[in-house]
Amino acid sequence: MNNIIVYCELENGIVADVSLELLTKGRELANTLGCKLEALVIGSNLSGIEKDLALHGADTIWVADNKELAPFRTLPHTSITCGLFEQEKPQIALFGATSIGRDLAPRVSSALHSGLTADCTSLVIGNHKDNKSGTEYTNLLYQIRPAFGGNIIATIINPDHRPQMATVREGVMKRELAATPGLGEVKVLDYSKFVNDTDLVVKIIERQIEDRKINIKGSPVIVAGGYGVGSKENFKLLAELAEVLGGEVGASRAAVDAGFSDHARQIGQTGTTVRPKLYIACGISGQIQHTAGMDESSMIISINTDPDAPINKLADYAITGDVMSVVSKMIKYYKQNSK
Amino acid sequence: MMEKSLKIVVLAKQVPDTRNVGKDAMKADGTVNRAALPAIFNPEDLNALELALVLKDMAAGSEVTVLTMGPPRAADILRDSMYRGADSGILLTDRKFAGSDTLATSYALSRALAKINPDVIVAGRQAIDGDTAQVGPQVAEKLNIPQVTYAEEIINLTDSSITIKRRLEHGFEVVESPFPLVVTVNASAPNCRSQHAKRVMKYKHAKTPSELQALNSDYITTASGNKDYLKIQEWSVADVDANDVELGLVGSPTKVKTIENVVFQAKDSKKLSSSDADINELMVELISSHTLG
Repeated sequence: MNNIIVYCELENGIVADVSLELLTKGRELANTLGCKLEALVIGSNLSGIEKDLALHGADTIWVADNKELAPFRTLPHTSITCGLFEQEKPQIALFGATSIGRDLAPRVSSALHSGLTADCTSLVIGNHKDNKSGTEYTNLLYQIRPAFGGNIIATIINPDHRPQMATVREGVMKRELAATPGLGEVKVLDYSKFVNDTDLVVKIIERQIEDRKINIKGSPVIVAGGYGVGSKENFKLLAELAEVLGGEVGASRAAVDAGFSDHARQIGQTGTTVRPKLYIACGISGQIQHTAGMDESSMIISINTDPDAPINKLADYAITGDVMSVVSKMIKYYKQNSK
Repeated sequence: MMEKSLKIVVLAKQVPDTRNVGKDAMKADGTVNRAALPAIFNPEDLNALELALVLKDMAAGSEVTVLTMGPPRAADILRDSMYRGADSGILLTDRKFAGSDTLATSYALSRALAKINPDVIVAGRQAIDGDTAQVGPQVAEKLNIPQVTYAEEIINLTDSSITIKRRLEHGFEVVESPFPLVVTVNASAPNCRSQHAKRVMKYKHAKTPSELQALNSDYITTASGNKDYLKIQEWSVADVDANDVELGLVGSPTKVKTIENVVFQAKDSKKLSSSDADINELMVELISSHTLG
């Protein structure tokens, strides 16, 4: 009772990276609290799924396995998740801040009247004293997240309601195998006990999911473009530089919103967090929304027409000039010197 | 064939424009000067309004009402909505709403929606001041109806169902849902149609009761007093029969423990020009330091 539960989502039948990252964080929190770490997997054809979860620290693995449960649909997954939470009363529940987690977690929090903090960048156990009532709370989950376009960092707590719920984006937490694997005990959830016909009224007519080809998280070099790159066409030159340097193209939120690049390449608080060896920021002004996702890069080069762009404060090298012209020269001189 | 007309409600929010925190919006100590940020129509709520107007175009006789919760000045986005094609606006405003987190907000909105009883509720995926994307799904749960999140396009509409294309991280999904439902709309959906000059003329005198009170009585009788379509409704906690303990700070399970302003720490950066010599030297340096290659 009162353990930590991680909702583990599936991608092509295997557990998504973000869920394994949450298990790694959950294991750490469970060790601090002296409680168990539990995983919840809802889907179809799940035999054997528990192995990876145990290796990432899960002591108990709750499994709901039925053909109606894959692909993800909001209502049946909500019913099972709420049912389990009411039965087990976890103190903490973690979800990926993905299209699934951001659809499901608010629904669950609304049903259970428990607070939910979206897109946490850090989760820490700590105490709290309510200054008005004088009530002291121990071992609360500090849910730390950027707010207000990333210009402030807020620490959110849920003193009186359980579970304390949070979502975390992929790539924000580190994924590691547990020092000692979890017990990995499988507990099967009875589908018919939780799901009724009204949960199945939304039908999936068509579904097209591409394999993930883009791996900006693991790339040693990232050439990222901002709104200042100007067009989707101009992004092709960034892709050329990235290819020459053996890296990937990234983008700021402004560039993604403008349609210059895909969301899968977005770096920052509402995208992926990256830590490459070299980060080349092209036409990126450097709002905190973006820099929070890349400021741990080993080396940062900024290219901007504005010599006072905020990004230059983070940069090891700040190049003042036109992005297209500088990127072309980088391609040219890299090719010349690398032979 | 669609023969039924739909009662459509758009949930919209007026937000500070956090996307353009420029140099003037930063104070000398590196923190945000909130007063310098303009209040705007939350961008994805405009995508939501467009989707609602498309639905109205598809189902003759449908009505689009925009509902916003906020301070009195939020009536601005209701007028903006009418200029773009919405039929009416409702401002949910009460001091008791202040300090509400997403859950308390969704409770308040769900009380107002229960009074309207719409077929379709359309909202932006998320608001840029918080980026939580929680209110849409939380409202759907409170009303005990299905939700379709990240909507991009209406594929089909019948008397009993709506088919919607939704954007996912690595692809898309087409789903069919019965009415009533909550739809949240993605930024990748079509942009909202512009304000229409004739509609601006027609609705520019649309006012809430509090706005009218602040004006002189001549204005009330001449400009907007006796025309129903110029009355923006204003609802309080009592009007939507909401329970005080579920609102505001008291009704919010999440509490803000601390707020920290993010301040840029300047690095010692080397300044380069875009000259051939500078870029060549940089690439040589990156290669010899094994940062590249």
